[in-house]
Amino acid sequence: MSARDDILARVRGATADVTTSPGERRPAPVPDAPAERAATLSLFAETVADYRAQVVRVGPDAVADAVAGALREHGCTTAVVPSGLDPAWVRAVAAAAEVLAETEVTSDAALDAVDAVVTAAALGVATTGTVVLDHGPDQGRRALTLVPDTHVCVVRSRQVVHDVPEAVARLRPQPGRARPLTWVSGPSATSDIELERVEGVHGPRTLVVVLVDDETEAGR
Amino acid sequence: MTTTPGPVQDTSAVFVGMPSFPVAARSALENTQQRRALRQATHTIRDKRASVVAEVPEWEALRVAGAAAKDEALAHLGDYLEQLETTLVANGATVHWARDAAEANRIVLDIVRAKGVDEVVKVKSMATQEIELNEALEAAGVNAWETDLAELIVQLGHDRPSHILVPAIHRGRGEIRDIFRREMAAVGRPAPEDLTDDPAGLAEAARLHLREKFLRAKVAVSGANFAVADTGTLVVVESEGNGRMCLTLPETLVSVVGIEKVLPSWDDLAPMLQLLPRSSTGERMNPYTSMWSGVHDGDGPSEVHVVLLDNGRTHVLADRLGRQALRCIRCSACLNVCPVYERTGGHAYGSVYPGPIGAVLNPQLRGTTSDVDKSLPYASSLCGACFDVCPVRIDIPELLVELRGRVVDQEGRTAESTAMAAAAWVLSDPKRLARAQRAATAAGRLLGDRTVRAVPGLGAWSDARDVPTPPTETFRQWWARERGEEPR
Ligand code: SF4
Repeated sequence: MSARDDILARVRGATADVTTSPGERRPAPVPDAPAERAATLSLFAETVADYRAQVVRVGPDAVADAVAGALREHGCTTAVVPSGLDPAWVRAVAAAAEVLAETEVTSDAALDAVDAVVTAAALGVATTGTVVLDHGPDQGRRALTLVPDTHVCVVRSRQVVHDVPEAVARLRPQPGRARPLTWVSGPSATSDIELERVEGVHGPRTLVVVLVDDETEAGR
Repeated sequence: MTTTPGPVQDTSAVFVGMPSFPVAARSALENTQQRRALRQATHTIRDKRASVVAEVPEWEALRVAGAAAKDEALAHLGDYLEQLETTLVANGATVHWARDAAEANRIVLDIVRAKGVDEVVKVKSMATQEIELNEALEAAGVNAWETDLAELIVQLGHDRPSHILVPAIHRGRGEIRDIFRREMAAVGRPAPEDLTDDPAGLAEAARLHLREKFLRAKVAVSGANFAVADTGTLVVVESEGNGRMCLTLPETLVSVVGIEKVLPSWDDLAPMLQLLPRSSTGERMNPYTSMWSGVHDGDGPSEVHVVLLDNGRTHVLADRLGRQALRCIRCSACLNVCPVYERTGGHAYGSVYPGPIGAVLNPQLRGTTSDVDKSLPYASSLCGACFDVCPVRIDIPELLVELRGRVVDQEGRTAESTAMAAAAWVLSDPKRLARAQRAATAAGRLLGDRTVRAVPGLGAWSDARDVPTPPTETFRQWWARERGEEPR
């Protein structure tokens, strides 16, 4: 018998006492998220900062300045941008650093020589201070936001959800069109040496989240 | 209908002949430096956990949802495994099945050989530790580089992990500096000349040492925290970014996944991603969580393998009471609250799974034939703290009592096992326990200093193989004093 059939037979033998059918359990209760948008947004800014990421909250007109400012502040002279990034943001990057297109930096070693990456995001989660990347055209392939040491991530306020269940519901992969997801909560960190927290091991050691207030009074 | 258990797992060469828990624990109890470090670590993490759990008013509902998701997966594991296989394959992954450790190691080695490489980078995974993949690869001439900082410290120090979450917690910073200085050069980029014992500097040394390996590696090996059946998605939860490196940069990715890691539905990630980080590192969310659904064009590995591992799990699954241990998401919260673990550390458990969960899981996975597995159900004072913190509500005390009974049944009524049986009977009822403990304490006072191991609460099991001298304070009295609380 193949290992597959053997294991499946063992599993069925081991669960022979089960009398329910799959999917019979009641759905897990999902508590209602508070609907107060302003509170959700300030919570997001707070929790992101709590994880020692830098948070810059700006209006739609000030995104370019915030992006350029972050690159200058962290001494980044080269920055890679994903192919689908908002052209206005690319111009902002160009004001502060040499811009490299995603397609120009094809090897991981070349990426390792780049100071920073500037991207958009798929989603923000307020209760946990998380930014989720789905590596779409305005975020680039996974290596882009991993290898360079500084990540400037622009999150639009309408992308911020309140909690994890809301995020999970929105991110469900579509059959045949699944995207990889990276949930980022603060810069990389370790507490492996005598539990002393050290910011930054392998991922970007500096994370700047630019939160753009782009919600109108009418809501999202 | 009655269930048919699968075979138990072979005790690996590393742990064969391991002495019983009390014997192995003795040297750890004498190592005061390690005990101090462990105490500090477990208390720090447990306090962080308590404060982030307190932020979530619906925590208990989340625990129930988490346990229900795992129970659903386990009750219908055959169906969900088949569904997982189908969705993974549809996403472009190759699925392999491994009955035991040897078969899993062979599968991974074959993939590595087919790629013609002599090294792999690894992200910390309990499953690959369990099957001793590194040893198997090394025996075949393939270097397996651990990339988690703590695992790197353990590997370079030719050592074994002592804690699921902080495996190098038994090493001080000075020791780590010495290990880096002595060992790094032989396996790659040497430690900087001026390396001190400053943790930031040590982390930087690891970053540089490993970056070279990440950029070069063609094959990576990982485990998975969750495998989602309805979407064919694997999930790895981590902190340092070494996981992202391994999961993203190499061309080929092999993930070894225990069959109990299946979650029925994507929606089940909602409770799990809240339960795991808060229970584990005591954070609202860990720095990085990676999710991938097979192969993603133009992004990450172009070849994705998943090895589904049994290795004793179907033996545990057949036990109606014991199968709840397979709900474990390896958060290590139970270790951090365990008064026994806090004093003995992880090595005495004779397995990669230490602490309360190890005390119930190992004897179930491996059977109760060896000295260590027979003694593990006694490596507890049954205080119940492990159940209280467990995010998937595994009733570890109940399982311990049950396993004690089985050891006794199997060993017959020798003098020792009679004592064990008495303990199991006494401990099965809290009121009887309290009465017996008060009586034992009175006896302990009469015997005075003859208490062999005067660690309150440990006496009952640490002396199981000698004539037991009862402690002068019951565990519950000690616990109450220690925590400034009333005993439950
Ligand atoms: S038994 Fe529960 S508390 Fe212990 S490691 Fe597993 S999930 Fe965590």
